[in-house]
Amino acid sequence: MSRHIWIVAAFVLLVALLAAGLRLDPSRVPSPLVGKPMPPFTAATVHRPGRVVGEKQLPGPALVNVWASWCVACHQEHPVLLALAGDWRVPIYGMNYKDRREDAVAWLERLGNPYVFSVFDQSGRIGIDWGVYGVPETFVIDGAGVIRYKHIGPLDHDDVEEVLLPLLAELEEGRAR
Amino acid sequence: MTAAFIQTVLLSLAVAGAAPFASVEQERRYYELLKELRCLVCQNQSLSDSSAELAGDLRDEVRTMVADGKNDREIVDFMTARYGDFVLFRPRFKPATYILWLAPAVLLAGGLFWLFRWQVVRRRRSDEPEQVE
Repeated sequence: MSRHIWIVAAFVLLVALLAAGLRLDPSRVPSPLVGKPMPPFTAATVHRPGRVVGEKQLPGPALVNVWASWCVACHQEHPVLLALAGDWRVPIYGMNYKDRREDAVAWLERLGNPYVFSVFDQSGRIGIDWGVYGVPETFVIDGAGVIRYKHIGPLDHDDVEEVLLPLLAELEEGRAR
Repeated sequence: MTAAFIQTVLLSLAVAGAAPFASVEQERRYYELLKELRCLVCQNQSLSDSSAELAGDLRDEVRTMVADGKNDREIVDFMTARYGDFVLFRPRFKPATYILWLAPAVLLAGGLFWLFRWQVVRRRRSDEPEQVE
């Protein structure tokens, strides 16, 4: 009898493991870039074609939000970003991904602009270096320019209050010390 | 066969004007690599199969790297540095993937061991009554 208990235990363990696996969202692939410095880039901004910016112009703690005017989910998360930038005074840098400049500018004029500025990644080449595969995506950057967290998909108020704000506060504190 | 042919033609058309390969060998490696790499957007398709826009961009990246003489290891490193081991249909054997690669063999060995033990016990039991009689 005692031997059968081991078999049952092994079976239960396997079922628990598989059940946990089924609950994972396969569309959220963990980024190998978390814990690494921001991948370097140089590009113009959406509003100023003549301005050249790079990763050095994104001082943290801050958010880097990948967006596009053609992206429906970006439209959905936009009020959350506006609240983050307005009410919480969180610096958000935009990464405008595979968009048309006039569309991007019009979109920001229509919905409001939460971004300090938006990097204009027209070809999507910066997106590849940043491991972007689904817009919107949001990176949390610390004071040393290291990526500390990546959120895939539209942000909602729960994500902000439970994950982003605590992490940003922690990073802010770490910088002050 | 026909589908594969059409696909090859379409792929060739899609990259017309992109970096040319120096040899047939490079072209063969390009198509082999595309089959080994997963499209992040349509996750059960390879870069070779997917019609997602990102897959097209990544095909161009792979093509340029092959034409530039980068080896397979360098190209796979480029992809995993950005998207993680998930992009590989056959993830590399390393501490994080030991369970993935070894679990089937361990489970099979465990199962065979248990089956063997069970058979031995059963045979012993079936022997016992004869000894008693």
